[in-house]
Amino acid sequence: MSDDGSGPRVSEYVIETDNLTKRFKHVTAVDGLELRIRRGEIFGLLGPDGAGKTTTIRMLCAIMDPTEGSARVAGFDTVREPEEIKKRIGYMPQQFSLYGDLTVLENLVFFADIFGVGREEREERIARLLEFSRLSEFQDRRAAHLSGGMQKKLALACTLIHQPQILFLDEPTTGVDPVSRREFWDILTELHLQGVTLFVSTPYMDEAERCSRVGLMFEGSLIVCDVPERIKGLVEGELLEVRPDRLREAAHAIEPLPGVLEVQTYGDLLHVFVDSADRRAPTIQQALTEAGIAVHGLRQTRPRMEEAFISLIRKRLEER
Amino acid sequence: MIGRILTIARKELLHILRDRRTLAVMFLIPVIQLFLLGYAATTDIEHLRTAVLDADRTSQSRELVEAYRASNYFDVVAYVADEEELARLVDRGEVRAGLIIPAGYGADVLAGRKASVAFVIDGSDPNVANTVLSASQQVGQAEGLKIIERRLGISPDEMVAVEVQPRVWYNPEMKSVNFMIPGLIATILFTLTIMLTALSIVREREQGTVEQLMVTPIRPFELIVGKVMPYVLVAFFDVLEVLAIGVYWFGVPIHGSLGLLLALAAVFLITSLGMGIFISSIANTQQEAMLTVWMILLPALFLSGFFFPLEAMPGFLQAISYVIPLRYMLVIIRGVILKGVGLNALADQVGALLIFGIVIMVFAATRFRKRLE
Repeated sequence: MSDDGSGPRVSEYVIETDNLTKRFKHVTAVDGLELRIRRGEIFGLLGPDGAGKTTTIRMLCAIMDPTEGSARVAGFDTVREPEEIKKRIGYMPQQFSLYGDLTVLENLVFFADIFGVGREEREERIARLLEFSRLSEFQDRRAAHLSGGMQKKLALACTLIHQPQILFLDEPTTGVDPVSRREFWDILTELHLQGVTLFVSTPYMDEAERCSRVGLMFEGSLIVCDVPERIKGLVEGELLEVRPDRLREAAHAIEPLPGVLEVQTYGDLLHVFVDSADRRAPTIQQALTEAGIAVHGLRQTRPRMEEAFISLIRKRLEER
Repeated sequence: MIGRILTIARKELLHILRDRRTLAVMFLIPVIQLFLLGYAATTDIEHLRTAVLDADRTSQSRELVEAYRASNYFDVVAYVADEEELARLVDRGEVRAGLIIPAGYGADVLAGRKASVAFVIDGSDPNVANTVLSASQQVGQAEGLKIIERRLGISPDEMVAVEVQPRVWYNPEMKSVNFMIPGLIATILFTLTIMLTALSIVREREQGTVEQLMVTPIRPFELIVGKVMPYVLVAFFDVLEVLAIGVYWFGVPIHGSLGLLLALAAVFLITSLGMGIFISSIANTQQEAMLTVWMILLPALFLSGFFFPLEAMPGFLQAISYVIPLRYMLVIIRGVILKGVGLNALADQVGALLIFGIVIMVFAATRFRKRLE
C-alpha cells in the first residue's frame, strides 16, 4: 500500500533526508545532506551564516523544493505531500513574520483560525500559550511594539497553536538579549519534555550544549553530526588558554613551536591546542618571555563546542 | 474553506482600518481626482482672455467686438494700439487670443464690400486652439449674416439652400464633465483595485509573513480571495462615492440602470484584481509593485480612450487599445450613464471583459504557489 510513496511510512526517524541538495543560480546552498532525526530529539543545526541552514529548514518544512534528493518529515515526502507535513509541523522563520499592526491576541487568533482550531479549544489554547510564553499581560499590545525577545516568544506561541509534533526554529535567538535567550531556551526545553521534536538552527555555539544532538553545517554539507560530548572529544590534543600582551605577535611566536597543533584567537585570549598540555605549557611560557611578551595567565582548559567547531572547519578548509 | 477565507478577509480589514494613510488613499484620493478632473480637465472654453486691436474705431467695429464679447467665449481684457503690443501680451500669456480690426472695416461694411478682420490664437495648446478657432469663426459668421440681412432686408434663413439642424444626443449641452465623470469612475476603479491588491499581497512577501502563511493549511486560492474581498468592498464604495458626487455636485445625469452599472463594474473588477494579483506575483517589493502598476497604468490611461478619442489615434495604437481592458469598461460606463443603453448594446464589451478577467485570473492564480523559489 505504501509502495507508491504516498501516505506515512513507518520509520524510527521523524526527519530523514536522502542526498538533499539545493542549487541556486550561483551557489549550491545545500549539498547532498544526509540527516536522520528521531522523535523527541532536540537537534541543533549549527553553522556560520551562509552555511545553508535556512535553505535546509525551508526544504524540510515543504515550502521549498530540493534540486536533487528528497526528504521525509513525519513520514511524508516534502515534495509530494507538503500539506500533510504542514499539519504536523510548526515553523518559525528567522525573520519576524507576524503582523506588526495586529495585537498579540489577534495574531494568535488569526493563526488558530487558519489552522481550523475550534472556538472553545482556541480560547483554552491561547490562554495556555500566553501564559507559557509569559505574554499574558501584553496580549493587547501590537506585535510591532514588542521587544525583540517578546516578538520571538509570540512567534513561537503562534507556531504552537495547532500543537505540532515537530517544531522547526530558524535562528530563534538571533538578535535577542542574553536573558531572553536563556528564557527562550527554557521554553524550548519544556517543549522537549512534552515530547515535541525540535529542530533548531543557530549560529551560537553555546546553544549547541543544550541540544541532544548537533550537526555542524559548513558550505552546504554536514561536517559532523553527533552528541555534543563526542563532538568536543573530536578535537585533537589538549587546550591551553593563554592571556598574553600583544595578541598577534604572541600567536606568531607560539605557532611554530613543537607540539602546537592550532592557535585560535578569542578576544584578548589565545586558545592553543597542543599534543600535551603538561609538556608544552612551559615551552610556550618560555617562548613568549624570550620574545618580550608578558603573559598574564596560562592554564589548561576543556575545549568547548566553539573551539571544536572552529577546529573542525579549519581542518575541512585545509583538506582542500 | 469559507472559514479560512473570512479569517484572511478579517485580518486584511484590520490592516486597512489601522493604516490611516491607506484609508486616506482609498477614500479621499478618488474625490480629489474627481474634483480636479471635473473642473480642470474640461475642454469647454469660456471667458478666454482676449485683446482687441481696433484700428477702425467705428460703430461697426465696436459692434463686432461686442458680438465677440456677448458670445461668452471671449472676455475682452485689453485694448492694444498695435500688433507689437498684442504680440507681447500673447507671448507673456496674458491673453490667449487677439482680434485685429483693420482701419476701413466700417467703411467696407457700409459699402457692402467684403470686410476682413484677423483673429490671432495662441495655438500652443491645440485642444484649446481648436475650440477657440471654431468659436471665433462662428461669431464672425453670425455677425456677417446679420450684416447681410440688414443690407438685403431678408432673413438669412430664407437664403440658405441646405440647412443643417444639428441634434446632439445624449449630452446635448456637450458638457465635457458629463463625459469625464463616467470615464473617471472606471479609471478610479481600475487604478485603485490594481494598486491595492498588488501592494497588499507584496507587503506580505516583503514582511516575510507569506513564509509563515505557507506552512499553514491555507490554499493559494483562499488567500487571494480573502485578501481581495475587503478591496472589492472599498472599490464599490468608491464607485458609489464618485457617482454621488458626479450626480449631485456636477449634475451628471444617469440615463441607464444603476444596478446594471454595478454588475458590470463587478465584471470589470475581475480583470483589475487579476492584474493586481499578477503584478504581486512578479514583484518582490512594494516599490517594484508600484513601478509595475504605473507601467501598466499609463498606457492604459492614454490608449483606452479616457483622455484622447480612440478614433483619432493611428491604426497601430488603436490595435493596441483592444488589449486594454479599461477600453471596454469606458464604453460600458459611458454607454450606461450617458446613453442609458442596456446589456444588448454592450454585449461585445462585456464579453471581452469576461474573457480578459478569466484569462488573467487563471494566469495569476497559477503563478501564485505555496513555494519559495
